Amino acid sequence: MLLLLVLLPVVPAAAAAIFGWRRWVGWLGVAASGLVVVGGGALAVHVLDDGPATFESLLRADALSAFMVIIVGSVAVLASWFSVPYLETELVNDLNSHRRATVYAFLINLFIATLVLAVLADNIGVMWVAIEGTTIASAFLVGHRRTRNSLEASWKYVILGSVGIVLAFLGTVLVAYAAANTAGGGAEPSLSWTALTEIAPRLDPDVMRVAVVLLFLGYGTKAGLAPMHTWLPDAYNQAPAPISALSSGALLPVAFYAIFRMRVIADLSIGPDFARVLLIVAGLLSLAVAASLLIAQRDYMRLLAYSSIEHMGIVALAAAIGTPIAMSAALLHLFAHGIGKSVAFFGSGEIALSDDSTRIADVRGLATRRPAIAVPFGLALLGLLGLPPFALFATEIAITRAGFSEGLGWIMAIAAILVLVIFGSVLLHAKQMLLGTPDEGVRGVETGKGFAGPLILGLAAFAALGISIWPIQHLLHEAARTLVT
Amino acid sequence: MSRSAYADLLNLLAGIALVAAVLTLWRRKLIAIVRLLAVQGAAVAAVGILIGIDNDSATEIVLASGALVLKAVVIPLVLLRVVRRGSETRETEPLVNVSASLVAAALLITIAFATTRAVVSLSDSPEAGVIPIGFAIVLVGFFALATRRKAPAQLVGFLLFENGVALVAVLAAAGVSSVVELGVSLDVLLAVLVLQVLTARMQDQFDSLDLDHLQELRD
Repeated sequence: MLLLLVLLPVVPAAAAAIFGWRRWVGWLGVAASGLVVVGGGALAVHVLDDGPATFESLLRADALSAFMVIIVGSVAVLASWFSVPYLETELVNDLNSHRRATVYAFLINLFIATLVLAVLADNIGVMWVAIEGTTIASAFLVGHRRTRNSLEASWKYVILGSVGIVLAFLGTVLVAYAAANTAGGGAEPSLSWTALTEIAPRLDPDVMRVAVVLLFLGYGTKAGLAPMHTWLPDAYNQAPAPISALSSGALLPVAFYAIFRMRVIADLSIGPDFARVLLIVAGLLSLAVAASLLIAQRDYMRLLAYSSIEHMGIVALAAAIGTPIAMSAALLHLFAHGIGKSVAFFGSGEIALSDDSTRIADVRGLATRRPAIAVPFGLALLGLLGLPPFALFATEIAITRAGFSEGLGWIMAIAAILVLVIFGSVLLHAKQMLLGTPDEGVRGVETGKGFAGPLILGLAAFAALGISIWPIQHLLHEAARTLVT
Repeated sequence: MSRSAYADLLNLLAGIALVAAVLTLWRRKLIAIVRLLAVQGAAVAAVGILIGIDNDSATEIVLASGALVLKAVVIPLVLLRVVRRGSETRETEPLVNVSASLVAAALLITIAFATTRAVVSLSDSPEAGVIPIGFAIVLVGFFALATRRKAPAQLVGFLLFENGVALVAVLAAAGVSSVVELGVSLDVLLAVLVLQVLTARMQDQFDSLDLDHLQELRD
């Protein structure tokens, strides 16, 4: 079952490798991702009834893993679906070659497979290999367009991502070292989550402090937390929209998943304050970076990128609070942000094709010119700003209240001010794009065919998460419980 | 082999790896820098083989020999190809000049020894005593990565950094299973191949491997 979930996306990858890009290969990818969601749901039911599932000693799923599989699968469905019209439009207009479409279809499914593997690995070493695999699988996806700028973005992406992940490996090695030299000894040296959680209170705290800093720097880089975020705006600016969506909606949560899990072990070993301070510093810094660069932002893809950094900052603060309510809110926040941000990226990806520019100033009067994009794009932006009825409204309120009740009122107040600045800036930029006087016609290529489906599905899911979460409420609750010491 | 001879040999090999890392900051010719990387990779892999012999573990010896081929032969050959096909032969103007780089390296080595005291004191094995050298290589490699301006030199910096982590891993790695070790080596090799393709594209697009060209994306 667990192995099957990891292997599902490999089927469309193999199909792409054998048959090259075909429309049906794209649809096969959508179907495989859909099955990942279904499998994640089935896994959730199984785990909630019978406890964690395992495969050999390599894979293991508890409520949190099942929830993460659902997040990854859901974003993957949307991204694979949007990829079909996206690649077709590129091919029809000679913007890209058939060969590159094949490479794209191959790599995007491998990317999804590594993401699923990362959240199902029981061994922190295997998880590390999977997360490093995400960088490798997505490097050429970021550079898909083969322009000078996309080359620059993918070089930075691979170098920074690899440096981060190698630091995380050094941290992993130190955890293994501490585990092999526990006071009292006797413990079978192991990197499995379950074994590590058991012996965590006996791990040497001084070594664990060094290990936790390295792990936090490493996975924090992949999670887009400031000050290690610098790859992210360039990558999202240059990558095809579905890749930015998949990265923002699935990769960042998977990196956070690693941070969440390590945090449990860190807290058991060295007490809660150490990780809390790291998370607060990175969280506030991310919000500050996002706020300062959003005020005068001129590029709407970068605007969405900094908005992702903002939301990762909020999740870091929620993790710093660490109560069951805060962790539930953090997980739901990751999910809802992933869906909402995907819709926003799809909208902006279509605009980038039709208007042939990613500058805010070049896009005017979208509401009258292209209402079919403007409405979902605008609604998704409002949802990402935290307006009801979308879920981020509820999660942000819950996180703030949890922060006040945990005695982090000052931190929450600073965060609220920064979020307000971001709110105002994004709203002004969005107004420029959506309203304003339309200029003369389409400059880019003809779009519109087939793009509406994933936008509408995504928007519906985004709204549904805000209106009611009862189908996943129990799962969310149990997932958060695994993260509270 | 006596314990003290074993410990001396470990220190000697790790020391060679560290000296190779520092020398890359001094040499300007890209081919010379790649050769130093090969020397370092061989020294790091030799530490793994030595530990395998000491533990009488055939698996460890085989894995470390695989690492030797990878780090001392395959990856340097890939990089030599990058250098030969590129138009740059020298790291002309690193962001920090050579003498300042060497001073910085001395400082980083001191920092590495200072921050790893807790790690060393956790175990009294001869391997644990060498861990600070691994950390020193990590920091020197990171410095090289951050200050070099030609793509191949930056790539070497990344690999020096990674070799340092690999050295710490073999010295400290009780419990890192062979599946994980294989996965890690494979990932590093793939990352290098990805970066090799990107440098080839860079050569096509810019007619140069100067990373100063990569400064167009900004807010």
